[in-house]
Formats: sequence, structure tokens, C-alpha cells
Amino acid sequence: MAAKNVVVYSTPTCPYCIQVKEYLKSKNIPFTDYNVASDIEARNAMVQKSGQLGVPVIEIDGQIVVGFNRNKLDELLS
Amino acid sequence: MQNKSEWELIIIGAGPAGMTAAIYAGRKQLDTLVITKDVGGQALWSYKIENYPCFTFITGAQLVERFQEHLQNFGVRIEYTSVVRLSREAETFAVDTEDSRRFFAHSVIISSGKSPRQLNVPGEMEFLGKGVAYCATCDAPLFAGKNVAVIGGGNSGLDAAAQLIKICPKVYIIEIQDDLQADKVIQDNVSRADNVEVLTSTEVKEIRGDNFVRSIVVRNVQSGKVDELQVEGVFIEIGLVPNSDFVRDLLPLNERGEIPVDCSTCTGIPGLYAAGDVTDVPHKQIICAAGDGAKAALSAYSYLVRRPSPSPNDK
Repeated sequence: MAAKNVVVYSTPTCPYCIQVKEYLKSKNIPFTDYNVASDIEARNAMVQKSGQLGVPVIEIDGQIVVGFNRNKLDELLS
Repeated sequence: MQNKSEWELIIIGAGPAGMTAAIYAGRKQLDTLVITKDVGGQALWSYKIENYPCFTFITGAQLVERFQEHLQNFGVRIEYTSVVRLSREAETFAVDTEDSRRFFAHSVIISSGKSPRQLNVPGEMEFLGKGVAYCATCDAPLFAGKNVAVIGGGNSGLDAAAQLIKICPKVYIIEIQDDLQADKVIQDNVSRADNVEVLTSTEVKEIRGDNFVRSIVVRNVQSGKVDELQVEGVFIEIGLVPNSDFVRDLLPLNERGEIPVDCSTCTGIPGLYAAGDVTDVPHKQIICAAGDGAKAALSAYSYLVRRPSPSPNDK
């Protein structure tokens, strides 16, 4: 099975962002992390893709998950 | 195992109270299920914790991770969903979840905590995550360069404002009372900034926008004067409400919607216990919630081992 392309848009202080990243690490899933507090380009991309001004936003092979929703992440990662 | 629906003990919520209860229940080898939307509860939202013993300083996220690691040692099962109803079903409790599942248990611990209070004005839900936010620690950095409003002049409102004044050209603080309610020391820090405008005796009537928030409509409750403020972010910090709706038919709640408990966390219904911020205990602190969670698990254990029949282990 090809590895999924996983992107996390986060801020350093957001606890749910920390939890999402810890969760992915615990499952040995590699991901790209964009700090949207400082990376304005990534912030704009996140807002455009998700229609949201809130973190975390997770993108799995083009599918968007807003917030740390374990069940949804498991579904898209399986 | 996957579809098991009957348990000795179900713990609702996984903040400090629920996680501690689960650790104690795990150690007592009770057949335990935790049902929760997320792990950490309000503790997660604290940026700085300086009064939890053994840690001179720890963030909420770090402390919750320690709780979680500890809990994982006992292999207690967690279902990630919300509880919509708790009821009595013959000699057991029935727990209904938002994804239409039903679980049964001989004993239940309610440790569902509190959630941010909503303003209940038009536009609030429509623009949630599109400019309306309840967690400044999470989302404040996304509003850099934008004008914002903080609703609520208490400590949490002023804490949010303190984060926002560093990155936003203009920060309104809207308070419905005649004065800000926050501690003087926090107020002094924030109101000294030149990009802050404090509007007291002011209520929010509506949140407006297109795809995102563009403005809020406010009304001075004394003069009746209505104004529209151009803001792209609205941080709502008007306190917390107990997550006790799902138990309303089963238990009497106090005037704040909290569950009254005695010093052993008993609710008055045998086998049903409550711990942490959802209860009427006076001090809403992480250490108190953890302590009450331990008491609740020990109370549930005493109840379960004394049940006449069927034995808790004969399933």
C-alpha cells in the first residue's frame, strides 16, 4: 500500500494540534507540519482548502479533516 | 470484544477526573470503558500550569500527555464519541451516544467537565471556525494583522486579549457589565496597550459576514445605542457551562446545571458517581478533579464488589 500524503496545519500553542501530531507519531505515520502562526503562505493555503480559520486542519491525500477527530483520521488513514 | 456493549464500569469524559478514575479502575481490574469526545478536557486549554504537584511548570498539553501515558499502562478501552443520554434500565445504566450506539454498565462515573458558554446570537454557529473562536490559545495566531473582538471581560477574556494585542491592529473588549470582571493586575496589563478599546455595558446582538466574519453588531445596554464594529475575529470568553444535559432526566442539578455530590462523589443513585468540574464541588482545579476521580473509582469499586448478584465477573 502506498503511503498516504499527510499534512498538518497547526500553531505551536494549540493543544489539539500537539495531540494530532502525537497521535500520528504513535502510529508511525509520516507527515508534513506547517506552522500557520508564522508561515503566511501555508495559512492562506489552509484557509482556502478548508474554509476554516481554526486549527488543527489535517489533509490526507487531498481530503480535509478539521479538528482532532480520531475516528475520521483512522477512516482516512486505513 | 470490538462490539462488547456491557461493562462493569463506564466513565463518561476523559479530563483529569475521568482519566484518574480510569487509572484507579484499571488498577482495580474493573472491566472499564471510557466514553469521551476528546482527551484532556479543559486542562488541555491551560497554557501554563504552575500548581500541579511535581511540576513547577507544565503546559496543559504536556500534563494531559502524562495522564494519557499513565492510563495506557492499564489498557483501559476508550470510545471516542459523545454521550447524549444516560438512563436507568432495570438494574443497569444505559448510555446512548451521538453515533446511535448503546452501552450498558452496572456502575457509571460522570466526569464530563464543562464547555465554553455560547453567546446564543445570530451568526455564532454559522461562523464557528470562520472567525468565531472559543480557544485563543489555539487560534489567536491566525488573526495576526486583523481587527478582532474579545467577548467577556473576565480573566479568560483578558488573557485572550493579552495574546491578541501583540499581533492585531485593534482589539475590542466587550463586557456586558458596567466594569471588567478580571483581576486588576491582568486588567492593568491589557488596558495599557494603545490598540485596545474597552466597551463596557455592551452586549453583542449579531455576528455578520460572508464566508468569514466581517463585523459584529453591539448595543449599549444603558443608552440603547447600536453600533457595528468591523472585525474579522470574535473570541468568545464568557465562562463555562457544565456538560450535564444528558443526565437531566435522571438527576436533579443545581441552579448552575452542576451535579450535586457528597464527599464520596455519590450522586444519590446507587452505582452512579460524578467527579470533577461537572459537579457542585467548590474548587474547579485540576488537582481537585483528579482527587475526586480517584474517589469516584474507589466508590464504584466498593459498590460493584458488594452487589449481591450477578457477580461483576460472571459475564
